[in-house]
Amino acid sequence: MISDGVEDEDKWLAAGIAGLQQNAFYMHRALDSNNLKDALKYSAQMLSELRTSRLSPHKYYELYMRAFDELRKLEIFFKEETRRGCAIIDLYELVQHAGNILPRLYLLCTVGSVYIKSKEAPAKDVLKDLVEMCRGIQHPVRGLFLRSYLSQVSRDKLPDIGSEYEGDADTVVDAVEFVLQNFTEMNKLWVRMQHQGPAREKEKREKERSELRDLVGKNLHVLSQIEGVDLDMYRNTVLPRVLEQVVNCKDDLAQYYLMDCIIQVFPDEYHLQTLEELLSACPQLQPSVDIKTVLSRLMERLSNYAASSAEVLPEFLQVEAFSKLNNAIGKVIEAQVDMPAFGAVTLYSSLLTFTLHVHPDRLDYVDRILGACVKKLSGKGKLEDSKATKQIVALLSAPLEKYNNIETALKLSNYPRVMEHLDDGTNKVMASVIIQSIMKNKTCIFTADKVEALFELIKGLIKDLDENLHDELDEEDFKEEQNSVARLIQMLYNDNPEEMLKIICTVRKHILIGGPRRLPFTVPPLIFSSLKLVRRLQGQDKDTAAEEASATPKKIFLLLNQTIEALATVPVPELALRLYLQCAEAANDCDLEPVAYEFFTQAYILYEEEIADSKAQVTAIHLIIGTLQRMHVFGVENRDTLTHKATGYSAKLLKKPDQCRAVYACSHLFWVDDQDSIKDGERVLLCLKRALRIANAAQQMANATRGSSGSVMLFVEILNKYIYFFEKGNSQITVAAIQGLIELITTEMQSDNVTSDPAADAFLASTLRYIEFQKQKGGAVSEKYEPIKV
Amino acid sequence: MNILIGAFKPPCNISISFVDGRTRKQVPWKKENGQTVMVPLFQSQENIVGEVLIEPQPGKKVEHTGVKIELLGQIELYFDRGNFYDFTSLVRELDVPGEMYERKTYPFEFSTVEMPYESYNGVNLRLRYILKVTVSRNYVSNIVEYQDFVVRNYTPLPPINNSIKMEVGIEDCLHIEFEYNKSKYHLKDVIIGKIFFLLVRIKIKNMELEIRRRESTGSGPNTYVETETLAKYELMDGAPVRGESIPVRLFLSPYELTPTYRNINNKFSVKYYLNLVLVDEEDRRYFKQQEITVYRLLETS
Repeated sequence: MISDGVEDEDKWLAAGIAGLQQNAFYMHRALDSNNLKDALKYSAQMLSELRTSRLSPHKYYELYMRAFDELRKLEIFFKEETRRGCAIIDLYELVQHAGNILPRLYLLCTVGSVYIKSKEAPAKDVLKDLVEMCRGIQHPVRGLFLRSYLSQVSRDKLPDIGSEYEGDADTVVDAVEFVLQNFTEMNKLWVRMQHQGPAREKEKREKERSELRDLVGKNLHVLSQIEGVDLDMYRNTVLPRVLEQVVNCKDDLAQYYLMDCIIQVFPDEYHLQTLEELLSACPQLQPSVDIKTVLSRLMERLSNYAASSAEVLPEFLQVEAFSKLNNAIGKVIEAQVDMPAFGAVTLYSSLLTFTLHVHPDRLDYVDRILGACVKKLSGKGKLEDSKATKQIVALLSAPLEKYNNIETALKLSNYPRVMEHLDDGTNKVMASVIIQSIMKNKTCIFTADKVEALFELIKGLIKDLDENLHDELDEEDFKEEQNSVARLIQMLYNDNPEEMLKIICTVRKHILIGGPRRLPFTVPPLIFSSLKLVRRLQGQDKDTAAEEASATPKKIFLLLNQTIEALATVPVPELALRLYLQCAEAANDCDLEPVAYEFFTQAYILYEEEIADSKAQVTAIHLIIGTLQRMHVFGVENRDTLTHKATGYSAKLLKKPDQCRAVYACSHLFWVDDQDSIKDGERVLLCLKRALRIANAAQQMANATRGSSGSVMLFVEILNKYIYFFEKGNSQITVAAIQGLIELITTEMQSDNVTSDPAADAFLASTLRYIEFQKQKGGAVSEKYEPIKV
Repeated sequence: MNILIGAFKPPCNISISFVDGRTRKQVPWKKENGQTVMVPLFQSQENIVGEVLIEPQPGKKVEHTGVKIELLGQIELYFDRGNFYDFTSLVRELDVPGEMYERKTYPFEFSTVEMPYESYNGVNLRLRYILKVTVSRNYVSNIVEYQDFVVRNYTPLPPINNSIKMEVGIEDCLHIEFEYNKSKYHLKDVIIGKIFFLLVRIKIKNMELEIRRRESTGSGPNTYVETETLAKYELMDGAPVRGESIPVRLFLSPYELTPTYRNINNKFSVKYYLNLVLVDEEDRRYFKQQEITVYRLLETS
């Protein structure tokens, strides 16, 4: 059926074109022979083809364009005719004798064009007559095209300022009046088009209508081109009249298009100066009009205008652009009850962009916008609409991008309230955006209040908002998020220890509710941040910082202790252990023995109770040994206890080589270079001997189980320890012992059942080379080494 | 054949000429045989002056019982064939009975002739003015020659010329108000007006203005009425909505109108009407007819 319709239309169009061409042919003949009467007759017949109702606007346009071309020839003929002495006024009457109105009016417009050019009558009178006579065409499509023709032939003949057709005073008013009237009538016809024909074809008609919209919009373009339309005239005449038409036509398609058209064709400064008028029309539009896009475009234009030059900014202030826009948006939202959240948010988002461009200093405006947004969203809970959430992200990101400073956002009381309306996923995205902004700009957050506010904003990352969401989370993403939070914690800093402590407390408060999955990421940076503070305090004069100040290392350590404890719930004992040790070291530096001891105790407890994995144990024990070795704060008793424990743990490791290595490492616990109180050569030797025994046992065990005695690596390692302590002056380490050990190793290596280990060989070789080297060095050292035979 | 023609040839040629024949305006006039000829134009109270030339056939004499010229104003009703009503009849004796041998001219003059009616060529009747020269003879038929001329009378601008304004409609269906700027138009006048749509509930396709001429002849049961549509002028294309006002501008000059004639000599009337017709999509016609008076305004040019 439809294809039939199209075919029919093609046929009709072809017939129309044929008829038109035939009459055009006769018309040309008449033109060539200067036969006015025939020219009029055939041109009228030619134009009669435009009387058809069968063509769609698209096809009709094709026909119209052909007629248009022919009319240009006729116009030239009319011009020549007047030169030949035919009075133009007579021609103007003559063409009106045509019986059919459509051809008559096309001819009238054509002669009218010549009439204006002849200047025998004021342009304004002719134009007024033409636009008035065109009322006779009430058929929408035919009327639109006729008036479009009128607009086309008249646009270079308007009595504009500076135009050759300018008459006596105020003719520009007439020019404007003419265009406005034509516009009004065209719009009426255009709107009426939707009611033509059967209801079932409404959709098709609306599409066709849409194709014709530029015919209507062209008038606005013409208006904007009139020189004489200055701001006053725009404000007092043009805009009110256009808006009146827009509002009264009560048609969503037209309203949307025309509002957009107004915004696009007229200059920015006009919009700015007539903002109130323009905006007051918005709430009066049909509810189905996509007003948000219209307003967004307006604000976008104004934003660009503001951005174009700093000189125009005062204008914005002068006209109170912000409050006007804000009011208008409020009214529109109020008027359009059914507007989806997406629409409202888009509006606010545009307004925000505008504000950021125009009033970067007015943070209160930004907050007001967010507040209005919250108000609109209140009672809606989380937004389901993905488009709306996207807009909210845009809304919230804008201030961050503009100010490059999160602090600004933190000052906005409504910021977190808007965020509450985001779904959890988006909330996290937004939180990440905030953190990224901070990282990018290296913004330092330096008050606890702001930290509090910030954490309120990013709480999507800090804690589980919704339990059942867990499984969906991608592990990678989660890590990424938490790492960013960890980085963020590093950005929270204040020189004032008091405030810094507050910040730490705040952060702690927030991260502790993060649940076991987050703590391993968030606790370490907090700990290190706190330790940094401790280090700073430690540098300060202790007396001044004491007493009344709450930020004492002691207090902080207390806090740290509790914080690390939280990790037990995860559990991540290895991590906790490391942190305890870190704290212990810091406490050591602060000379807080009990505190350090406590941390060690905690670490030991963890080691005993939680760390079961043998590999982890090895790592842990080495960490403990290393840390303990550096501790100088402990009294003999405490130190004894701790070293004793450490050695004990070492000897109880599962694998012999591990045991061996841990034990020889323990030897360092009894010999600290720069501390004379800790130079217990005997116990060092004990440790090393014990290590040797264990190495031996390991060797035998390997022999028994695998038939080969394995590597001599352990022995070489122990040898190195011997040499170390020997060199350090431990009197318990004798040349003989070293000598014996070397021999033992060489024998071992030569025995058959030892698998050769190139690494061990090399290690031994370089150890021996070292001894040689020391011997040749001369002085006290070489004397010391001299007795050792290699 | 030649003898035969010669035998029936009138024995003399008669021609009538006007003194100011060269300068006087000539207008077309349709004769009874359908031919259009140019004839001089007069108006009431003019002097009709000229001469009659009688040329006997060479070598022939014309005996007559007198020569006269008549000025006749006649109304000829076609359905009453052959009956002329002379409403004007003036006679001038040109010659006393005698014989005529050679050409002879007779000047004549009708002074300030009252010619109240205009020449008119209608559907059912004709009003005409003629000069009739009769050479009366005994025993044989008179020799007669006619000369048509046209009379047109001019009317000054009417002192009162009200507009025509009217609201018409079909209840709950269509209400319009129309206005024509005058009720009396001269022949080259322009009808200016507008149609205002107060209520439109029908789907109108177009609107046109017709000029209709109503010629009525006779009286009582023998009245013949003939209506012609002289002009169909499209005013509007498409369907208007409520509140729309459509301009009217109709130039009368292209149409062959006559002035309105009211009860001419109790024989006939010619009246003009403006008929506003609205056509709906089902081609139903809604119309309203209004009489206008047409008059002839003296062209000053």
